[in-house]
Amino acid sequence: MNEIKPYTLSVFSENTVGILNLISIVYTRRSINIESVSASTTAIPGIFKTTVLSYSDRETMEKVLVQIEKAIFVVKAYLYTDDQIVHQEVALYKVPTEKLMDEENLEKIIRHHNARILEITSSFTIIEKTGHTDETEALFNELKKYGLLQFVRSGRVCVTKDTIEHVSVYLAQRDREKEELNKLKD
Amino acid sequence: MEEKITGGEALMRCLECQGVDLVFGYPGGTIMPAYDKLYLHQDKIKHILSRHEQGAIHAAEGFARATGKTGVVIATSGPGATNLVTGIADARMDSTPLVIIAGQVGTNVLGNDAFQETDFIDITNPISKWGILVKKAEDIPDIVAKAFFIANSGRPGPVVIDLPRDVQVSLMEWKGFKKCNFIRTYVHRPRFELTEIEQVADLLNKAERPLILAGRGVIVSKAERILGEIAEKADIPVATTLLGLSVLPSKHPLNKGLLGMHGNIGPNIATNRADVILAVGMRFDDRVVGKVSAYAPNAKIIHIDIDASEMGRTINPYLTVHADAKDALTPLLPLLHQRNHKDWLDLFSKCERLEHEKVIAGQLKPSPRSPMTMAEVIRTVSDAMNADTILVTDVGQNQMSSVRYFQFSSPRSVITSGGLGTMGFGIPAAIGAKIGCPDRPVCLFCGDGGFQMTIQELGTIMEYKIGVKIIILNNNFLGNVRQWQELFFGKRYSQTPLLNPDFIGIAKAYGISGEDVNNRENLKEAVERMVKSSGPYILNVNIDPENNIFPMIYPGEAIDEIRLSESEKLNVLEL
Repeated sequence: MNEIKPYTLSVFSENTVGILNLISIVYTRRSINIESVSASTTAIPGIFKTTVLSYSDRETMEKVLVQIEKAIFVVKAYLYTDDQIVHQEVALYKVPTEKLMDEENLEKIIRHHNARILEITSSFTIIEKTGHTDETEALFNELKKYGLLQFVRSGRVCVTKDTIEHVSVYLAQRDREKEELNKLKD
Repeated sequence: MEEKITGGEALMRCLECQGVDLVFGYPGGTIMPAYDKLYLHQDKIKHILSRHEQGAIHAAEGFARATGKTGVVIATSGPGATNLVTGIADARMDSTPLVIIAGQVGTNVLGNDAFQETDFIDITNPISKWGILVKKAEDIPDIVAKAFFIANSGRPGPVVIDLPRDVQVSLMEWKGFKKCNFIRTYVHRPRFELTEIEQVADLLNKAERPLILAGRGVIVSKAERILGEIAEKADIPVATTLLGLSVLPSKHPLNKGLLGMHGNIGPNIATNRADVILAVGMRFDDRVVGKVSAYAPNAKIIHIDIDASEMGRTINPYLTVHADAKDALTPLLPLLHQRNHKDWLDLFSKCERLEHEKVIAGQLKPSPRSPMTMAEVIRTVSDAMNADTILVTDVGQNQMSSVRYFQFSSPRSVITSGGLGTMGFGIPAAIGAKIGCPDRPVCLFCGDGGFQMTIQELGTIMEYKIGVKIIILNNNFLGNVRQWQELFFGKRYSQTPLLNPDFIGIAKAYGISGEDVNNRENLKEAVERMVKSSGPYILNVNIDPENNIFPMIYPGEAIDEIRLSESEKLNVLEL
């Protein structure tokens, strides 16, 4: 129950000013470090999704979840361990083109890591790799040898292994409740 | 063609449409356009000018707590806004509905460290229920409607509206005001299944030693009566939290008193003997629970609360019902069996006798030569006041002893800062309570420390002739800290003795009647003069400087490890 491990929290909210702060202050209060964040609009019109990765125990994270859900414009939050989701992050690597040109292993490295080249100029080459942190880290370690000019990694995105999107079901239910309320008024 | 008005005018119209006829506040630079419109609406909206923004917000809290209505506070940006922070945190902890309207610098300079700019929404995010910066005047009606809906529904709390100066002056089309009753991301009245209530009933019907713990949620949802009926039908003793006090009259046979650190012996002992505990609208605060691992070891705890984040926060309940107190208790009543728990209730009678003999008697009737105790002053006032009196307290020993010794007969009779424990809450909260309930006597007990934290509000009392009765329990100490220093810090009274001014002299300067009481022979008559006086009155009662509050559960100890005095621990096995 209280084992420290990675927890992914997916927070669905209205797309309004200040949502990220309302989420992060709950972590700050408990002094939990946020390992990564990714946030964007979703397939549901008006609904925004923030995915936060942190290391903690389940009990603490369940409390974090309900406290985040208290924020007025948060619809729902869901807590996952790694086995409940398919998650991915993207990493970009910028290496000097001349070094890669000289390197016979380059093709092998890219193939081996399932990476792809996004752009080649005379001075630099951009390589992209999607995967888990350990995978992007592995490619990072290989490319370091070739004088990595820049490296960047995104926050985690994830989808659940469920067959339904619970938040859509919930929002539909809220819409029905609103209709009922309006009928009552009439 | 629709009418064009300024944002400030729209704000005033919205407040009127929302039913607001009273606001507390303090003007300043960025909120001036709104105040200018308030001037034109003053026949409909009365403004109480405090002497400090903290005074305005605590007064609004007192008003909200006494009436159940939403308290409204208006202040300017920057220091005006930051002076509200303590009150916002206090209101959040104690679920007090407030709408705070703060001025803000113009939208063109937002974020630039302009004169009197603070990022008020971000400052208050962790302590408010909702906060929003209004970007254009057209948004005012919708935001005001949402603010009032959010503040005073679900678990009530403070809502902050940050209103830039240019938004107050810019023109908008007035299309009327519509109250808000639904926000898709906010469930103010959680739904639950009847089967959940059946489970609650089943547990209570089978219980031999049931106990109800009632908190402020019962008062918020106006469930006092139904709770009383449940207690009476199933013959279940009721204990209350600090903020649940006055849920039942003090003299109700099933009201067994106060839980927690300075609570009554009965409810604390009984918590650890009960087999089923029904906790309603309370949050198992650490001052109520004591040592978590030793809390209620024999009980199946049923927790009914409207705030899901309170479920399992400190203790793990056996059963939770996420619901409004009244919504949950109403269907519960018919499902309960008529019961008689005489043997179980005998425990409370035993505890009451013991507490009376070991603590209360000595506090109420100390030996004639010893200095006055807080308890005898409080009980003398309580006996002399009308039964309908609202008790307001400051924080500290004055608070703990007044809630222990003051007696209540009607609901919403206690206004005190519970969760945050805000010294200086007392004077302004009493002002707000009296304005909210002009027909009820309002009596404030405070210490000499807390009195001076918001002493400037005597000016507000003077200006508006607010008939609050204030009793300073003056021990020339920060008494509660001193008690802890005595008990846990080897009597090293670090920075707790106070050199005080002539409080009655100050009262007189404000045109407020009052008198010093230096010995108990004069107490009763002085209290009678206070009660008979028509306006505000201050009694400065010089009490025993080292009077301690007992019983006490020491921090970190189990709630049945009760100290009756500095040297005596209750033997639980005797009960």
